[in-house]
Amino acid sequence: MLRWILGGREAPGAVEKSPVMVIGEEQPKNVFTELQVLKGHYDIVRFLVQIDDLRFASGGDDGLVLVWNIQTGECLQELRGHTQQITAVAVYSGPTDGTHVHLLTASSDRALSMWDPDTGNRVKTVSDLLSSAKCLLVLHHLDLWISGGNEMCMWDRNFSLLWRTDHHSDAGISAMIELPKNCIAAAVDKEIVIYRLNIASSEEDTTVSEICRLTDHQDSIRALISVSDQLFVSGSHVGELIVWDSLNWSVQASERILWGEPRPAPQAEIKLGAQKQSEMSVRHLASDGELIVAAVGSGLYVYNVMRKSVVAYRKTAHDSNVLHTLLLPDGQLMSCSEDGSVRMWELQDLPLPAEPASAGFFGMWTFGRSSKQTNQTMKKAQEILGLRMLELTGDLIGHSGAVQMFISMGERGLVTCSTDHLVIAWKNGKRESQLRSFDLFCKLEQNGGL
Amino acid sequence: MIGSPDLVAFTKDDGFGEAFVDPWVLPEEFSVPLCTHGGNVTPWSATNLAKFTKDFILISEFSEQVGPQPLLTIPDDPRVIGTFDLNYFSLRIMSVDYQASFVGHLPGCSYPKINFVEDSKVVLGDSKEGAFAYVHHLTLYDLEARGFVRPFCMAYISADERKIMQQFQQLSLQFSKASELLKAGNRKAFATELEKKLKDLEYTMAVLHKEAERHKRNNGCYSTQAIEKANELANAEKSFHEHKDLLKQVKSFPNRKSKGPGFSTDSLDEPSDIADVDHNPIPTEFNLDGETEDGNSSHGLSYTPQLIKAKSAKCFDKRLKTLDELCDVYFFHQTMDQLHAIENIFRGDLSYIYTSQIEQVLLKKQKITNFLFEEVTDWDEEEAVKQICGGTHISESSLPCSILSGEPGIQETFISCEETLHIKIEPETGEEEIPETECRESSPCDTTQENSDESTYTEIKDNLSSGESVEVNEAEGHHTFQEPTVNSESFSSASNTKDLREGTGPMEHSMATDNATSFPNASDEDDGSVETCEDVVHAQVLPTIGQKADVHHRSVHEASPVIQQDTASCGQQEDMTDEAVPQASPRSSTFFFHRDSKQPLDLVPEDRTFSREPDASLLLRDLDLDGSTRKNLDDTSDNISCVSTSTTSEREMSPFPRDSPVTVKQKRRAGQSALKFIRQYPFAQQAIYSLLRGRTLVVLGVDEGTVRKLVNALTIFVPNLGKYGERVHPWLSCSFQLADLHNWKLVGLHRMASPTGSGMLHSLNRYSRYISILDTDNKTLRCPLYRGSVVTHMADHRTQIKRGGTYYMHVQSMLTELTSKAFLYTFCHHLHLPISPTEGLDAVALRRRDFLHHQWGYSEEDCRIVEFLSELIKNAYLQRPDQQTCPPVFCFNFISSLLYKI
Repeated sequence: MLRWILGGREAPGAVEKSPVMVIGEEQPKNVFTELQVLKGHYDIVRFLVQIDDLRFASGGDDGLVLVWNIQTGECLQELRGHTQQITAVAVYSGPTDGTHVHLLTASSDRALSMWDPDTGNRVKTVSDLLSSAKCLLVLHHLDLWISGGNEMCMWDRNFSLLWRTDHHSDAGISAMIELPKNCIAAAVDKEIVIYRLNIASSEEDTTVSEICRLTDHQDSIRALISVSDQLFVSGSHVGELIVWDSLNWSVQASERILWGEPRPAPQAEIKLGAQKQSEMSVRHLASDGELIVAAVGSGLYVYNVMRKSVVAYRKTAHDSNVLHTLLLPDGQLMSCSEDGSVRMWELQDLPLPAEPASAGFFGMWTFGRSSKQTNQTMKKAQEILGLRMLELTGDLIGHSGAVQMFISMGERGLVTCSTDHLVIAWKNGKRESQLRSFDLFCKLEQNGGL
Repeated sequence: MIGSPDLVAFTKDDGFGEAFVDPWVLPEEFSVPLCTHGGNVTPWSATNLAKFTKDFILISEFSEQVGPQPLLTIPDDPRVIGTFDLNYFSLRIMSVDYQASFVGHLPGCSYPKINFVEDSKVVLGDSKEGAFAYVHHLTLYDLEARGFVRPFCMAYISADERKIMQQFQQLSLQFSKASELLKAGNRKAFATELEKKLKDLEYTMAVLHKEAERHKRNNGCYSTQAIEKANELANAEKSFHEHKDLLKQVKSFPNRKSKGPGFSTDSLDEPSDIADVDHNPIPTEFNLDGETEDGNSSHGLSYTPQLIKAKSAKCFDKRLKTLDELCDVYFFHQTMDQLHAIENIFRGDLSYIYTSQIEQVLLKKQKITNFLFEEVTDWDEEEAVKQICGGTHISESSLPCSILSGEPGIQETFISCEETLHIKIEPETGEEEIPETECRESSPCDTTQENSDESTYTEIKDNLSSGESVEVNEAEGHHTFQEPTVNSESFSSASNTKDLREGTGPMEHSMATDNATSFPNASDEDDGSVETCEDVVHAQVLPTIGQKADVHHRSVHEASPVIQQDTASCGQQEDMTDEAVPQASPRSSTFFFHRDSKQPLDLVPEDRTFSREPDASLLLRDLDLDGSTRKNLDDTSDNISCVSTSTTSEREMSPFPRDSPVTVKQKRRAGQSALKFIRQYPFAQQAIYSLLRGRTLVVLGVDEGTVRKLVNALTIFVPNLGKYGERVHPWLSCSFQLADLHNWKLVGLHRMASPTGSGMLHSLNRYSRYISILDTDNKTLRCPLYRGSVVTHMADHRTQIKRGGTYYMHVQSMLTELTSKAFLYTFCHHLHLPISPTEGLDAVALRRRDFLHHQWGYSEEDCRIVEFLSELIKNAYLQRPDQQTCPPVFCFNFISSLLYKI
């Protein structure tokens, strides 16, 4: 396409074919045929959280947190107060009533704030922390929340500090998850630190003790998610994917994802070691309880934690690094990337499992079990057994910069945020049109005719 | 025995059953009556005695030194005026001023009072000159003038009497706007002048005071000199107080009239200044050294006061201020803009104006859909106008039953006009304390007297300045015009050359062969010379006049041999009409109609600025072909590349300038380019389809002129174009964002071989699914496939239509049909809502599809067009003022595109 716009100076064959799968403009399965560009931020928008059915909040490097209405696209509130970029956003709803929610924000200005999204008021704030918090974890059942930066702090609803760890390291805590039995797993560089909360009768006496440190990762941990009550998963910078037991913190499975070079096989092996490791970095993990999807480099990797086997993979799912993924209930999968697009995938059974052409189409791949096999040879028959195909069903192009994150608002649509300062709400055009028709006839009735 | 024919007649009369009414018959008010003239006389070639070639506006003044004199004309073109005697006509129009305006001492008041008189509006005619005029008298204030007043008048002069009569309402409204502007500016200037004068007087008083003191001191006793000085001082003091009072009056003028948001009248009403004047103590001592610190500091202007001579020289050699000196410069320009706009509004033949007024009325009714393809006018403003006119602005009832027909139509129209006048006056009389009611009341008795005498409902009133003028006062206008008696014989009025004779009614002149002229020249000149040029480029010379009377009033122009200089064609036109029609007996009948409006006509907020002659400049821009190339081009072979691209400025090249509203005229002109485009590009339909379904069309090219020309051509197909053509961006040289695709549905894009260019092409590539790309350099189009029938009819490259205007009409009619279908589709209940509670939405969707495909026989693509228009209608209907904060919704489809080549 670009070529003929440029004037057709180059012959079509001159450009190397991109290995990235490209879907045409005809996307019958793509329902997002309507969009609204939500302008309001002045810098990169990095975070999106859903507040309730109708509302979501976005936070960016401009220190702004904006509350939006997904249906109208209206900006409901501007939460101003942070002087530097937002580093984490979380929704805080106390155990007493889940109806009234608050927003927790952390910023590089070393402040933490709680906001009322209905009024836009800053309810509580604490500033001049020792370090800025990089992640927030809300323990809803305990009515407590934890901020993780260079140290970990535990707060109650009234912003009184209950407990604080010592200075961890310069890397600080990059991710936290809640584990059963009042335990917390925090990813600190290459380690996962397990803490246990000792709940006392009064909140003030609640203490936290470090239980153990899991040191199986070779490189810094980039992603940490809880899959179910029994399992949690972590992914590292060099493509290690470890499935842990949530109760005894033992390694259940360990994968090392290594995207192999497609064609010139032998020489490439040598290169592989020196290759930029970011290609294998696990940037994001998402799970639906059984399957996990890992954003590995610019590829996607779907793994079944129950069967401990890979389900599907695509090495070059995007032109650039994948930043965020999402698993939808019906085998649908979404990913967004630095290339500015959101892609929608579907897990499909391979039509002909042994067909080499299909495998060749999306490139060779290798993955090794670091514990057992070191050689990269594939056992096709064995692997193809449970293997399914990631089929591209549609893509959303709208942002002119990297898509940082997206959230699904159910049938109301999908929201994406990006480095181009924009938030885009993608909607089902047919549904919206129908809704507008309903509105129209409502208004018609109110007006008593035209 | 009853014969069967009788029986038939009988049954018919009795009306067994309903009489069949053909649903396709046009309503009465829209039917055009057949021309009743016999022979080869066409409606366009009626008598024209006028010595001017098209309507113009004349501003005259009754100068206290030289009497009535013309000041300026709009348009200021000697060709328009021709041999018409402006001086003579100024005399005529200035001699009928009924304004009782003066500044002077009223009994019981020690100071002169300013009467803020309302303007008088008069219709006046001179059939000998072939000129009829709406005359709007107004009074401006000038400190140096006699009685402080300068009578002026603005006249709209046309050769078509009925145009003046039937457009009286509109003319009055428009001229009142201009007048209000002028007067507001004048008040401001007058106030400034008064302030200066006050300072002079202050200074004079101080000087005199000092001199008197000196005399007293020197002589010790009152010398004659000292007494003289004391007298002078007293005079100066009196004068000072008088002027101060005048200033107060001027400043306290009720500014309610100019409260419109469009004007910055803030400068005018400065309450602080009024207070200033009030509390300024009379200075007993004044710094004679010229350091006038207190006087000047308050006003910021460095004005050196001057000594005023005791006897101000009221001689005839003093120079009177010109019109623009009398008025604040801002307001003066506003006034001129308004007058140019008036000239523009009333250009053309009466039937044309009426047609467009009917169209406006009808369009205004279609609030829900008229934004799609129609010229966007400010409907709210129209509402305001309607209110001013007492609710009978141009209602159907007042629309002409028959513009071209004979007496009855005219009569009725006029009556309705009269009624309108009444309605207008009533609600305001209580509020305004203008003593003109007595003038009205006095009329009826006079009238009856006259009736008995002359068997005409006329009245000679020589009560006011214009001695022989005959007035029909509006109070008895009813009787007058319903009475069919016509005094066709010349009413010999008192004496002199300008026998202002009262036309007992328009019927007298209506279709009487002599001067009831449907006046073609004015309309021919409608678009001036350039229009001709355009036609020349591609017109086929039609052999007879009769054929041309069909669609366009300006088709008369085509009758004249094609390649001609403008002046020549004008001249020839005149000759033609002169020859065609036997010379009418110059019955110097004059029609005169008088009305004193007590109506404070609001300065209607004009947020658009009327540029002078916007059309002419546009036209020139569009057709920058010079005369020589014009001759060589024929209809089919000319292509877009012929267009000169020398002009570079975006503003200049823009077919639809950003800051001025898009008008039908501009669109009609674009029709020609569109026709060319359709003939030239086989994939024109696909491009038009993209526009109609709301997919942004990017016209890509290296050459700005070519791209702009194409964008211009395609503009007529863009739905919801916006008042200022916001949906079109004719020339873009940088990359665009997704949000721009919401706003721009048609973009001209500069193909550049620079880094910016590659960035731009990148965005093109990136958003390729949302846009269609028309490459003018390679003559390719990349867009979705179109297989429907709607656009096929709209853009048939084998069309027989030759002229751009006609083609535009064709397109417009098809778009109107589409619009109505979209309306039906949108508001058809069962297409969107379930009929029964058990019915699911899928069933509704199925019904919807069925309706589109089978009921209307639409293809998938045609459905998309209707659906898109429907969404626009829905959004417009649902939009509330408070929802402005919501970002626009951008709809698209995932559909593959094809690449079309020539």
